[in-house]
Amino acid sequence: MKIIVLAKQVPDTHNVGPEAMTPEGTVNRSALPTVFNPEDLNALEQAIRLKEQHPGSTITMLTMGLPKAVEVLKEGVFRGADDGVLLTDRALGGADTLATSYSLAQAIRKIGEYDIIMCGRQAIDGDTAQVGPQVAEKLGLPQITYTEEILSCDGQTIVCRRHIDGGVETVEAPLPALITVNGSAAPCRTRNVKRVMANKHREFTTWGVADIDADASQIGKTGSPTNVKAVKSIIFKAKETRTLTASDADISALIKELKENNTI
Amino acid sequence: MANSYTDIPELKFHLHNDAMRHIAELKEQGYADAGKYDYAPVDFDDAMDSYEQVLEIVGDINANIIAPNAESVDAEGAHCENGRVRYAQKTYENLDAINKAGLNGMTMPRRYGGLSLPVVVYTIASEIVSAGDASFENVWSLQNCIETLYCYGTEEQRQKYIPRICEGETMSMDLTEPDAGSDLQAVTLRATYDEANDCWRLNGVKRFITNGDSDLHLVLARSEEGTHDGRGLSMFIYDKRNGGVDVRRIENKLGIHGSPTCELTFKNARAELCGDRKLGLIRYVMSLMNGARLGIAAQAVGIQQAAYEEAVAYANSRRQYGKEVINFPAVYDMVATIKARLDAGRSLLYQCARYVDIYKSLEDIQRSRPLTSEERQDMKRYQRLADAFTPLAKGMNSEYCNQSTYDCIQIHGGSGYMQEYRCQRLYRDARITSIYEGTTQLQVVAALRYITNGTYFTVINELSDAIAAQLDTCEGFDATAFCSRIADMKALLEQCVEFVKSKNDQDLLDYCGRSLYEMTSYIIMCQLLLVDAMRCPELFQKSLTVFFNIAESEAARHSVWIKGSEASLATR
Repeated sequence: MKIIVLAKQVPDTHNVGPEAMTPEGTVNRSALPTVFNPEDLNALEQAIRLKEQHPGSTITMLTMGLPKAVEVLKEGVFRGADDGVLLTDRALGGADTLATSYSLAQAIRKIGEYDIIMCGRQAIDGDTAQVGPQVAEKLGLPQITYTEEILSCDGQTIVCRRHIDGGVETVEAPLPALITVNGSAAPCRTRNVKRVMANKHREFTTWGVADIDADASQIGKTGSPTNVKAVKSIIFKAKETRTLTASDADISALIKELKENNTI
Repeated sequence: MANSYTDIPELKFHLHNDAMRHIAELKEQGYADAGKYDYAPVDFDDAMDSYEQVLEIVGDINANIIAPNAESVDAEGAHCENGRVRYAQKTYENLDAINKAGLNGMTMPRRYGGLSLPVVVYTIASEIVSAGDASFENVWSLQNCIETLYCYGTEEQRQKYIPRICEGETMSMDLTEPDAGSDLQAVTLRATYDEANDCWRLNGVKRFITNGDSDLHLVLARSEEGTHDGRGLSMFIYDKRNGGVDVRRIENKLGIHGSPTCELTFKNARAELCGDRKLGLIRYVMSLMNGARLGIAAQAVGIQQAAYEEAVAYANSRRQYGKEVINFPAVYDMVATIKARLDAGRSLLYQCARYVDIYKSLEDIQRSRPLTSEERQDMKRYQRLADAFTPLAKGMNSEYCNQSTYDCIQIHGGSGYMQEYRCQRLYRDARITSIYEGTTQLQVVAALRYITNGTYFTVINELSDAIAAQLDTCEGFDATAFCSRIADMKALLEQCVEFVKSKNDQDLLDYCGRSLYEMTSYIIMCQLLLVDAMRCPELFQKSLTVFFNIAESEAARHSVWIKGSEASLATR
């Protein structure tokens, strides 16, 4: 089987400091350490398990981002992927989920053959959970989202257990299909020492806009209808406990206060 | 994310020792594997980078899987069910992580699927894992028994068994029996040759076998009927796939609960001879034991590191009388002493590991070509040094490990006595380190001959010369003063050795052995720590100051004790 894993290099939101935002209210990416998007690691683990169950399978990582994003490709190979492609081009910058999914779909078309595309449910920098489903739409593929575990895959169909509100459900899809994986799925294994030693100097294929035959009007900022007005860094601080009376006035006042301090 | 390698700068310091270039070059032999294996280094820098990366993976797995699992492993322990061992649930999780990371066959050649790492790197990895869970270290590090099979087995046996260990199968060394503990000459497990099936058969009982339900066992057994001493013992390989060995029970121990200590019954178990008959104890077990002792020294240093971390964290957070308790000199004394012992003991451990690396690599080269006379001399010299340093590293670190975990509880006060705190597990786990793989008393016996024959004095003199040669380059503190203090301690040791030798009484020598051993160890550790502090004062200068104070007071105490030893021995 040929598996493609979509991965994103994201700011490490666990280590956000005061310099995380620019004065203009956008994310100051250069000041933040970057990490492999956590749920993409869950997806990679599911891919590696599939590969183990189906000897001869290959895993190709695909990422879009700055040249530095090649680190996630390397990390993927250290843990069990076979290869990786970096999609990087200034023209791709400022993309929202629509432009991103278009660009990724074009890159996947260029990769060519695949049976399964896997990615994390969402990235911790945007939390939209839109890119995976949009890539599936653009490629005309069935999709299973919020996957917790791949229960079986025979090369023709795939059966996944999905995490849904209040329970789980088991879903089957014909291949090729796109699977988004939830953070509650098995954590990704660590690096493998032989893979690290063998691949530490590895170089990866890099594609720009010209390589993926993309329509300029659908990529980057031009292709992004979304505009971020501002991003605020909000720090919650627990204060005193308070007892409310069961009156409409008290409850309305509380809701107003919670909205004002960005809790809701 | 926490990482038990990168978070401890002392480990990186010991990896990046000047001797590593020589060690890597001996190990890699012109980096000839580079064309054959994609994971082999192309040069020294590449090799060091690989060592770093391997240790970062060990550090990651330890900090994020093994150490967090340790409490649960300790509480659940290993169990014996229907003649088989069942590890604690989280031990399986640890093994899975280690196996997926490929941390097996660490020192084995690449042609068998191994990682071909130096003993220094393997020892650092062992120390890291021990700090997380000393019981898991036993399960994992017994893989190193494969070294003995590699050295003494046939090529056919190597090809058959080493790749399996590199894939993650576990090992045990089945030596002790109910009536053969320290005295292995008394082993009675019977090995008889089965003509019809062209194999050996093992019958009898082994006791106190760590990880005794492993996949591959090295078994010491009596192959020569009618013999009663070590010369009738041979080494055998038992493969669990063949069956014939059951676990009768496992011990209920004070500590290392995750490490199953088994009583094994051998019932006509099929086995293969490893090496030559009759050399089982006198050659192979001695080699096996030296490796195992270095492993316990690493385990003891790892536990000390964990105790130090617990002690510092608690002493800095616990407030009494309006301030953190570390601010009380009596508490600071305990914390500083733990760190000083740790730094000194660790330096001894890695110096020993370097000696082992050099002579083992030369020994390995000798398997493919004759050594030059210079190489042969080097091999002998470093083997002697390794043999002399191993009992010091094992004995001193395991005693330190006990003392430091004791102090760690003391720093915690009443809380430290409660099961909720990690320090009580460290204290229980520490206790075995000065007992198994040769008690401290046996380490003293192993070291004593090198005290009386002058080997250690030669080592001390050579180290002193090496330090003197570097004095000009030392910045930041006055190393000369430390040199003269070393000279004074050495003079005191010489007086003590002469005093005991002049009595010409073996019993008195044995009686004073522990004191002579400790005085020797203190001097060598002072020297090694001084070298470390000269290279990196910011890491070691404080420990140097504290440790010299401890060493001098200990040396004085021992010399006084030795002077009164005749009278106290006469009381028996």
